[in-house]
Amino acid sequence: MPLYLNDDQKMLQDSAADFMKGEGNVAHLREFRDKNCKDGFSHALWKQFAEMGFTGILVSEEEGGLGLGHIEAGVVLEEIGRNLTPSPFLTTAVAGVEALNAGGKALRDKYFPGILSGDSVLALAIDEGAKHRPDKITMAATREGNGFKLDGKKQFVVQGGSADTLVVAARTSGSAGEDKGLTLFAVDTSAAGLSRNSVRLVDSAMAAHVEFDGVVVDADAVIGEVDEGGAVLQRMLNAGRAGAAAETLGVGTGAMDITVEYIKGRKQFDTIIGTFQALQHRAAHLYSELEIARATVLKAQQMLDEGSSKAELMVSVAKAKTGKTTALSVKEGVQMHGGVGMTDEYDIGLYMKRDRALAEFMGDSNYHTNLVAEMHGY
Amino acid sequence: MSDLESFREETVAWLEANCPPEMREPFVDESDICWGGKNPTFKPGQKEWMDKMAAKGWTVPDWPKEYGGGGLSRAETKILLQEMGRLKIRSPLSSFGIWMLGPALLHFGTEEQKLHFLPPIARGEVRWCQGYSEPGSGSDLASLQTSAEDKGDHYLINGQKIWTSYADKADWIFCLTRTDKSTKHKGISFMLFDMTTKGVETKPIVLISGQSAFCETFFADVEVPKSYGDGVSSVVGEVNRGWDVAKYLLGHERSMISGDGSSGAASLGSKFADQYGRDEMGRLDDPMLRAQMADMDIDVLAFRAMAERFGDTFKANLCHPAQPNMMKYAGTEINKRRHELIMSAGGSEVLEWESEATNGGLTARSWLRTKANSIEGGTSEVMLNVVSKQILQLPSA
Repeated sequence: MPLYLNDDQKMLQDSAADFMKGEGNVAHLREFRDKNCKDGFSHALWKQFAEMGFTGILVSEEEGGLGLGHIEAGVVLEEIGRNLTPSPFLTTAVAGVEALNAGGKALRDKYFPGILSGDSVLALAIDEGAKHRPDKITMAATREGNGFKLDGKKQFVVQGGSADTLVVAARTSGSAGEDKGLTLFAVDTSAAGLSRNSVRLVDSAMAAHVEFDGVVVDADAVIGEVDEGGAVLQRMLNAGRAGAAAETLGVGTGAMDITVEYIKGRKQFDTIIGTFQALQHRAAHLYSELEIARATVLKAQQMLDEGSSKAELMVSVAKAKTGKTTALSVKEGVQMHGGVGMTDEYDIGLYMKRDRALAEFMGDSNYHTNLVAEMHGY
Repeated sequence: MSDLESFREETVAWLEANCPPEMREPFVDESDICWGGKNPTFKPGQKEWMDKMAAKGWTVPDWPKEYGGGGLSRAETKILLQEMGRLKIRSPLSSFGIWMLGPALLHFGTEEQKLHFLPPIARGEVRWCQGYSEPGSGSDLASLQTSAEDKGDHYLINGQKIWTSYADKADWIFCLTRTDKSTKHKGISFMLFDMTTKGVETKPIVLISGQSAFCETFFADVEVPKSYGDGVSSVVGEVNRGWDVAKYLLGHERSMISGDGSSGAASLGSKFADQYGRDEMGRLDDPMLRAQMADMDIDVLAFRAMAERFGDTFKANLCHPAQPNMMKYAGTEINKRRHELIMSAGGSEVLEWESEATNGGLTARSWLRTKANSIEGGTSEVMLNVVSKQILQLPSA
């Protein structure tokens, strides 16, 4: 497969771009931020996502979805990033759906209709500390009667306050660091003993601290097999990380585009500052880095879609490379905007904030760089 | 089975049956490159491999068969190269004829020129060199002064070229000359002539690596015939329009040099961990070096994906015409960083300039050689200028 979008994917890109630019643009983000919306996104917009078919991209056709792949999910995510669209797309329709795809049919039949209609929101309860360390999960799930009892705390559960269902990773046996013994559960947020404390993040998305105090779930809440959740988690993380990389790429590209436009117009010393070689070379370097980052994202998605055994390596490469590159893009963006780059009125700062939040989502550049070293056996 | 799948199967079978074992050994140094030519220096296996591949047209698999190529489609060429890479088979023939002159002739040459010049390139019979830069014309290449005076049936060439790769070993040269002094870009012609012609002299330049891959090339009253036969002009394209050919080729050259960014081992760290020792977790036990190695692994794998994407979009005419400049910039900068890291990892041992243990200072010489990557074929600064103006559309002062 050549490493560029085919005609169908380009059509999807065009419609996603039109949609985000029209409905989910930066003005929309500001509106929901300024009215201090408790969800951090618009449920009406989420319904529109569903009407466009976006929420079913990774759902099979037999189950009512589009039966497409990670490249298509990434096409939508890049436009989300470029326009800073607030939505639960990445957590619900990409990572959440992919976790459910790894589980049994009963769970898919239960949750997919709500996702396809845009009525449901899924959130991911993975992280237990300030940094993403899925290998160190300690939250306990102990057998109780026919099911399990969950005890512990999760944090950085993005859109957790608005979710009706959480995908929860917990230990049913073994100890932190062991691959075996992890189990993933689909837990309704209305369950007794589950409490959520939502906080606004730097990018104005909402994330929850979730406490599980003896939350009882049925055995049929298990996604995949008991003690074998490592593989389900990995599949979900692969999808989420590749997706986050695509969104990050969109943020970086959007930031570069508005910055290049800005320096084409701004005059100092009676000269357009974009004529200065000092800025031109930095902008060209940034362009080069973003092009490379784009190739890593597409390659990782393509490998995931092909079921390649080396996809995980490329996913980490993509998350690390897009993370570094977009961090550069937003920093250069603010600097090249000068004083107005510091104001709330200009959009470039919003790009910086979204990048910061995405960087921590499912592992930052350092985390994935370390993983690459481990996967290479050193 | 699809046609491509059966092509892959047949190709693998043929490669395995025909490739001499020496041609599956890893590359050690530049002497392992087979250049062909009229005065070749073949190492064991090189000539056999070159001839076998040339007989199939696979020294230039995507050139048309009538010019000595294999007539393979894009997809078939990709499969052949993939399988050669997977089986660790060396390229049968390297030459500026294949990389540079061939594409120029295929694009700008007459049918007679193609039939005259291309098959000997494909068979490795004639080794070409490239006469572009001059002492006063580096980044500003179009200011070149080497003159070609029209003398009726021939041109009279006078002037000097520099950085002519392997001019001392080449049989023929493709050379940019000034055929009109009254104008800059539209007074340049792209000429082909024999390096044994009277008045051509070459002098190797000793570089900081101690090697001499480049030459100064002098032309004193060199007579170049206007024609080598019916329809076989010594000028490619029109007289005075050589800059069009040169620009077209610079794209090829830049893409080619950028390829260094994706060469070499996929992971430096796994290579050096054994040498350095590992901690109880199996990690390379210098944590700072490990972090740098991992960073480099990411950038190398990322650039490989970029090279694949660039190749795919280039062939499908989907990439921006200035994209080779971005590739050249990024690829050479990565390659330089990579060699810095290899030197750092090697410590004091790789400082040995002439010892047997270092194979004559190979690591250090290679490190120094890479410093030219971001200068030759257009400096990094020129690449960034082109990208900022042509792709980002930033205004000129």
